[in-house]
Amino acid sequence: MTKVNVYVTLRESVVDPQGIAAKEALQTLGFNEVQNVRIGKLIELELDGSAAAIEGRVTEMCEKLLINQVIEDYRFEIGEVAGQ
Amino acid sequence: MKFAVLTFPGSSCDLDMFHAINDIVKADVECLWHTEVDLSLFDAVLIPTGAAYGDYLRPGALAKSSSVISQLQEFAASGKPVLGVGNGFQILVEAGLLPGAFLMNTSLKFRSGQAKLSVQNAETIFTSEYETGQEITLPFAHAYGNYYVDAETLAQLKDNKRIVFTYVDGNEDGSTDAIAGVLNEQGNVLGMMPLPERAVEAIIGGTDGLPLFQSILKNGSEQHVSQA
Repeated sequence: MTKVNVYVTLRESVVDPQGIAAKEALQTLGFNEVQNVRIGKLIELELDGSAAAIEGRVTEMCEKLLINQVIEDYRFEIGEVAGQ
Repeated sequence: MKFAVLTFPGSSCDLDMFHAINDIVKADVECLWHTEVDLSLFDAVLIPTGAAYGDYLRPGALAKSSSVISQLQEFAASGKPVLGVGNGFQILVEAGLLPGAFLMNTSLKFRSGQAKLSVQNAETIFTSEYETGQEITLPFAHAYGNYYVDAETLAQLKDNKRIVFTYVDGNEDGSTDAIAGVLNEQGNVLGMMPLPERAVEAIIGGTDGLPLFQSILKNGSEQHVSQA
């Protein structure tokens, strides 16, 4: 079993209302050094199959379903093979 | 002319759409579960609002795994009318039938109420019973009503008069250029966040949605006559 973490972020050109609200809340709590907050998401995949094919398959999964490339960017990390 | 209302797990306003067409517009209509569909038997497809697949991942995203989507793409390519309202609009965007994407409302809140809209283009099969520049009021209810397109796409939409409805009096959810409804390039797929099927009877909040369905019916029927 291989674990893949897909990190999804909003594209730079897209305004992130959640990030703005979180930044303001952090500043209200006294964290005045916070200049910008962008909120994304982490998608954890556990996969069967050969390690060689994983990169291409995960890219396809991202582009077909997991990511909306109009508003989101992504990168992924292929993790340690678990349970061996 | 026969209408299909597509129902996905989590669609919640399919019966509102059915009622509008069956009882008010008085046209032939059927509600269809998304896996049990033969769209070749229909002349127009309506995708209702709700929260298909629980809005998981992104609103409308998981619906594109349904087998009906490839049929819908063929149906749209054949030039027949497809209307998606609310979550139905989000599904059409995720399925690649309309440009853009949806973000959370800038207020970060679910909002509902009556939206005042301007009809930007009355020369479409969906809006011929309105006048260009006419102001209408339709209900809305959404948390992801913030429609986004990039600058290049926006310019294309404007050049080809594909922005059909815009919000008047504020654009509180933050949509690019106050867009409330857009058309595909061919002009036969319309997505809109306001909900015309909830405005077809004076007793429940107005009739400004009625001309939209009457436009589809009229233009669809004329097409049939001309093909006969």
